[in-house]
Amino acid sequence: MKQIGRFYLIAILVFLYTPIIVMMAMGFNESPLYELPFTFSTRWYEALLANQPLLKAGANSIIIALTTAVIATTLGTMASVALSRRTFRGRSLLQILLLPPIAIPWLITGTAMLIFFYWSGIGRGMHALLIGHVALAIPYVVLVVGTGFKTVRADLEEAAMSLGSTPVHAFFSVTLPLLYPSILGAALFAFAVSLDQFVISYFLATPGYTTLPVQIYSAIRKGFTPEINAISTLLLLGSMAAILIFARFAKPGDTRDKR
Amino acid sequence: MQNDQLALAQTRGSVDPRVKRPLPAWVSTTALLLPTYGWLTLAVFLPLLTMLAFSFMSATPMGKTPVEFTLKQYRAFIDQPYLLRIGFNSLMMGFWTTLFCAILGFLAAVALVRATVGKTREALLVLILLPFWTNGLVRVFSWTMVLRENGFLDNLLHMVAPDAGSISILYTRYAVVLGLVHGYLPYMILTCYIALVTIDDAIIEAAASLGARWWTILYKILIPMAAPGLISGAVLIFIPVIGSFMEPRILGGRVGVTMGTVIEDQFTQAFNWPLGASLSFTLLAVVLAIFATFSGILRRGTAG
Repeated sequence: MKQIGRFYLIAILVFLYTPIIVMMAMGFNESPLYELPFTFSTRWYEALLANQPLLKAGANSIIIALTTAVIATTLGTMASVALSRRTFRGRSLLQILLLPPIAIPWLITGTAMLIFFYWSGIGRGMHALLIGHVALAIPYVVLVVGTGFKTVRADLEEAAMSLGSTPVHAFFSVTLPLLYPSILGAALFAFAVSLDQFVISYFLATPGYTTLPVQIYSAIRKGFTPEINAISTLLLLGSMAAILIFARFAKPGDTRDKR
Repeated sequence: MQNDQLALAQTRGSVDPRVKRPLPAWVSTTALLLPTYGWLTLAVFLPLLTMLAFSFMSATPMGKTPVEFTLKQYRAFIDQPYLLRIGFNSLMMGFWTTLFCAILGFLAAVALVRATVGKTREALLVLILLPFWTNGLVRVFSWTMVLRENGFLDNLLHMVAPDAGSISILYTRYAVVLGLVHGYLPYMILTCYIALVTIDDAIIEAAASLGARWWTILYKILIPMAAPGLISGAVLIFIPVIGSFMEPRILGGRVGVTMGTVIEDQFTQAFNWPLGASLSFTLLAVVLAIFATFSGILRRGTAG
């Protein structure tokens, strides 16, 4: 029985990874029409270095993801302090209000943003993308940091305060260092959410300012060469690295008391 | 607890004159929450309200056409019957994707819980969840490499049977469901795993020693225990799938017309924002109905 189980899990992994590995391998195949047999070549990576629109979109994506990570982590951590450590009326309502950005299909959120930003004069482009990406990342940050708060005991902060520390000083000198792994994890998470976001970006990007996924999508729709495989490979490896580091730091599911 | 803190702060204030009088708690609480909820209001709540208003307009309020408030956009399903067929197709796409994910994901979770331990299990979980956090668009694109004519699958077949024809299923509904299952399966594995990991091995051993066959164990123990995970996984998969548009576009080609692609068209091609808005809100109503039905189970599923 155990043999069958392990065999089945390997089959699932093969299913999950085969297309990704084929896609990555095709980025190293000489033929522009994806013809086999496979002939190793780095020409598509060289072509990528000369492809200004793709590189620029890639740079835009990274800048947006970094800015999103900084803003969303700052705001989300602040909100998480209030939601985890304070009791006040309407707290559960506020927690429920974090769900729409995650739970409503992005197509609906994205088109709603397009209508509102157009109608209100905010417009599209980099600032619109940032507003959208940060809003999508904040709920994840509150969730990850909130989980971190469960493992940091509130009485440590109170002890510091009873010894004469101000609430702000107690937070920065006691709670923050203990929360540090969760906050770093949340930032990486926000970075990955932004880097992988396509649907919202698709509606908010302009021809002059796009992100990498939007650029890849228009390339797929118009006809593409293995350059797209090359840049896609780099994008996948980038977000996989971010998530692996996240798993290392945040240790989701680790709820031991940190003392 | 708040009173304690207040008392502490007050005593401290009287002992140490350098410490300023602390602000009332509600001021700092508001200051901590305002940026986040202000941002969400600007980026999510106001846009949704604006879209709701647009869905009652007779035309996109940008040209010279006078705009009236009307319910006609919500009558679209009656006026344009092809939308009903597309809506039905989208629901079926959601149904098949969810069903395949449920079967494959439940079995994977059972296998993880019963056949692996410790470090191996952790590594397998990470490997299963890793693709989930990579770019969905790129993963869909990668299937075109496998499924296209003379692609990876065809070449694999021709190694075994050189004379066989092409088994390319790219640009069919099968390809769309395959791509969607690939995208959302890790979700189901995770929710089922969380539900099953608490099972005490002793229960299954007791059942087996009392003569229960494997299918009795499956139906009487494993499936009931996994039910909350199966249901929350199904909800979390069905909702994004019925709203998906890039998977049907890339893998479905001409047959990949869904609610998602129709809504996208209203915003990018037809420029009929009010119709797009009313279709989006119809979709949102379906989503909310699903959440309302299963909210109890979802809450229990995420509480742990």
